[in-house]
Amino acid sequence: MLDASEGFTTEDGRRIGGVVMEMKNITLRFGGVVAIQNISFDIREGEIRAIIGPNGAGKSSMLNVISGFYVPQEGEVWFEGRQRPKVKPYEVARQGIARTFQNIALFEGMSVLDNVMTGRLTHMKTGILSQSFWLGRAEAEETANREVAERIIDFLEIQHIRKTPVSRLPYGLKKRVELARALAAEPRLLLLDEPMAGMNVEEKEDMSRFILDVNDEFGTTIALIEHDMGVVMDLSDRVVVMDYGRKIGDGTPDEVRNNQDVIDAYLGVAHD
Amino acid sequence: MPDQVLFAMEVTLNGLMAGVLYALVALGFVLIFKASGIFNFAQGVMALFAAMTLVGIMEGQVPFSHLINATFGTDIHHFGWQVPALLAIVLTTGVMVVLAWCVQRFVMGHLVNQEPIILFMATIGLAYFLEGVSDLMWGSEIRTLDVGLPQGINETIDAFTYDLFGYGFFIDNLDIVASVIAALLVAGLVVFAQYTKQGRAMRAVADDHQAALSVGISLNFIWVLVWSIAGFVALVAGIMWGTKSGVQFSLSLIALKALPVLMLGGFTSIPGAIVGGLIIGVGEKLFEFLLGGLMGGATENWFAYVLALLFLLVRPQGLFGEKIIERV
Repeated sequence: MLDASEGFTTEDGRRIGGVVMEMKNITLRFGGVVAIQNISFDIREGEIRAIIGPNGAGKSSMLNVISGFYVPQEGEVWFEGRQRPKVKPYEVARQGIARTFQNIALFEGMSVLDNVMTGRLTHMKTGILSQSFWLGRAEAEETANREVAERIIDFLEIQHIRKTPVSRLPYGLKKRVELARALAAEPRLLLLDEPMAGMNVEEKEDMSRFILDVNDEFGTTIALIEHDMGVVMDLSDRVVVMDYGRKIGDGTPDEVRNNQDVIDAYLGVAHD
Repeated sequence: MPDQVLFAMEVTLNGLMAGVLYALVALGFVLIFKASGIFNFAQGVMALFAAMTLVGIMEGQVPFSHLINATFGTDIHHFGWQVPALLAIVLTTGVMVVLAWCVQRFVMGHLVNQEPIILFMATIGLAYFLEGVSDLMWGSEIRTLDVGLPQGINETIDAFTYDLFGYGFFIDNLDIVASVIAALLVAGLVVFAQYTKQGRAMRAVADDHQAALSVGISLNFIWVLVWSIAGFVALVAGIMWGTKSGVQFSLSLIALKALPVLMLGGFTSIPGAIVGGLIIGVGEKLFEFLLGGLMGGATENWFAYVLALLFLLVRPQGLFGEKIIERV
């Protein structure tokens, strides 16, 4: 097993650091339905951490707990060594946790560049008065943040559609723009909700490459949800497996692959 | 040129100026509707409240003086000072911001994710409440408002057109000033929405709440901001209409004129509010001029609504509104 504090080095030589986020005994209920039942796991600095499971396992609910969209009834969320009190989703975003959505949530009426620029909002500090009168500070800030946004746009190879309204883009590109917006926030933790959902093989390969590149280039810690086992196993350093709201496996892809509970969940053994 | 054409030109010009004021009121609706999906029935009363507050502050009137006098048996009405117009406008803007915060904190904040009709009902309640507060704070008498805007016939235009056509156009100075101010306000708002950080956040919230939250935008802050801006727009509209025809209850009814403007221009479009306002302004003046005689006059009272009705039959989303496409 892994050492709790030190971190480790992956087979391909990347350094995985200490724990960034820790979920402790999380339970989430909707009325009488238990979506997440007493789950604990951690996310380490610099790793790609996947949460997988069959449909309805509670993966998206877990991601929504991390990003503050759902508040669990029980359990503790620890981020960067501090227990997180009850927070609103926008406060979570301001703490440096960016996310994408399973059913793309972009600003459809705005251009790609504007969408990516909204990702920089958490880094823009000037107040409403200096913004309104476009004082020097506001202008300098806009320029600096624009540079970061353009760099991300270049990195994800969407320069050619910078000025295009998002509503005109095909699905695969929208997914990439959403990733760009999340990346623009220079997040300390990036959450991807089914980044490959609804994509063809080629688009999936592209997206996988981008996820690996982002992790490699910026050292971004990534937690992602996916139900396509194959993609996840190639991509991630460690995997949490959920089924019916419970954690049934946690470890490296190889460990998870050989876990009997996981095999049962995916091959559909009768639950008794 | 024949007299009829000259009259028509003059009427058109006056219609354009009236249209700018309609547009100004409609703009207040569009701002709130875009950002929060709330159709704010109280927009007209906000204009009344803003104008009353402005007059009250300028004259150094003690707010709630009737209430205070009735409760404590005192006899105070005025502080005994006059506040200069510009300072009073700044103070009134402050009051409108506080009002915006209160509306969000005590009313709309509790109704997030409710049906549009419920939000609409809440704003009707707000309209009556605000009307009452306005009376209670500043009294219900008709007040004159003079912030120093020029009024009366514009001599230059009169003389210029007299030289040109042998007939002087009657254009009110106030209308000209109102048009210029409204145009500046609209331009300012567009620039603010397009190029500032808060403007970008405002557009983001108007587009998608969930996505806005995920990039760290506080919906609450944006809603207070939008209500504040709508309050400021109401103040400007209140000043214009109040200067023109006195600050009185009928001021709140100008909001009704904004409805056909919105149906024409579309509920979600700022350019739509402007173009819609101009069309209604010119349309109703010209219609009255050309056909008013045949119909017994006073067509201005209904022309806008009939036009809006016709528009609804042909293009229900308005000129610039978002087309509603339902996928089956």
